[in-house]
Amino acid sequence: MSATAPLTCKPGDYKSDTKPIWCPGCGDYHVLMALTRALAALGLPPEQIAIVSGIGCSSRIPAYTTCYGFHGVHGRSLPVAAGLKIVRPDLTVIVASGDGDGYSIGGNHFMHACRRNVDLTYLVMDNHIYGMTKGQPSPTTEPDFDTALTPGGTGVRPFNPLVVALASGANFVARAYAGNLHETANIIVEAVRHPGFSFIEILSPCITYRPDQRAWKDRVHAAPVTATDEAARAARRLMTDDGFNLGVLYRGNRRPYQPVAAAETCDLVEFEKGFEI
Amino acid sequence: MSETSDIEPVRSSAQLYAIAYEIEADAVERYKLLADQMQTHNNDELARIFLDLARAEGLHADEIRRLAGDLGVESKRGPIGSWRTESPESADLNAAHYLMTPRDALQMALAAEERALAFYTGLASAAIDPAVKKLAEDLVEEELEHVELCHRLLRRYPLPSVTPDDDPDPPLASD
Repeated sequence: MSATAPLTCKPGDYKSDTKPIWCPGCGDYHVLMALTRALAALGLPPEQIAIVSGIGCSSRIPAYTTCYGFHGVHGRSLPVAAGLKIVRPDLTVIVASGDGDGYSIGGNHFMHACRRNVDLTYLVMDNHIYGMTKGQPSPTTEPDFDTALTPGGTGVRPFNPLVVALASGANFVARAYAGNLHETANIIVEAVRHPGFSFIEILSPCITYRPDQRAWKDRVHAAPVTATDEAARAARRLMTDDGFNLGVLYRGNRRPYQPVAAAETCDLVEFEKGFEI
Repeated sequence: MSETSDIEPVRSSAQLYAIAYEIEADAVERYKLLADQMQTHNNDELARIFLDLARAEGLHADEIRRLAGDLGVESKRGPIGSWRTESPESADLNAAHYLMTPRDALQMALAAEERALAFYTGLASAAIDPAVKKLAEDLVEEELEHVELCHRLLRRYPLPSVTPDDDPDPPLASD
């Protein structure tokens, strides 16, 4: 191989030796497959990729890849990832989360990450439940989902992640279904290539605590319209969204966040003088 | 799941060899993944069945690669896949369950083989090029054998007395 030959990695090159411990049938297996296929299609070597996550079933994903990984604090994956991308802009930074970690505990960070528009790709594996802690309602759980903890359901209107992402300034907004492996992989490729903050809501069934979600494969459908670069038009489309439209909703043109260049050298003596009393 | 319209019309034997190889290679990957899942959850019997299914699909992939000769179907396989959604023979990973039985696994395989059979049957009937038609018909024969094999294997396993719906210790702690 010549020194200038491009490195070609296969999807398997992005999988670590650690076997996932998700439940059999979990949608997150599909997401892992889609992610590794997408990374191979992007032609990025694992050492040029960092995958940052929070807490929850979905957030286990960094350990199952050969990329750099950071399994962080609950709900705080986005600020960690933003910091990493700012100091290491050469890295491709992918953030993995779930609906509890990303929309509840990390809900505030979600809005501000969209607003800041740092060049990140945010994958939220949404199963409308807290799976790791045995089935409590999450921000996207349907209001009538009946459990012993929430008899008759929470009665609370679910969080709409695509609306929030769009309203907060995300530069790329899409929805995928984990079971459509190839489509999900293609959307991840597009999201990584798109500059700025790219958000993909991935419907990823939890067949253990939400066996009803097996029916998602029959409910999802391709969005009847193509993506737009007009936020207002995308917002109008979301008004009639049934939650199962798949595809890219919005491709924005906002310039990604660029930090002010730091001084190349820092004279500690001079720095400390600033604190002298 | 997949539809014949998922991919562009097949115009050459080379294209059909590439598609057939991709279908088998994808099936191998999924059965291996299911075997891993079952191994992780200490269901060795099912892990063995899925590994056997992966091996069977792998043999079919090897045969297609051999027949394709210097077309290089393996090296030309893209990392993502040609299908908009799923390839026809892909096992439905969401149908896996920690209480699934060998019969469930074989039914999963049967459903995948039947989808592949329908896919190649559709291709064979729509093909205009005689060489493509002949190859598609050969693949139909192959898949028919696989469907029959699944039926034969299924007869070895009686209907289970317990289904995932009868879980004596259900995971729904909040139910």
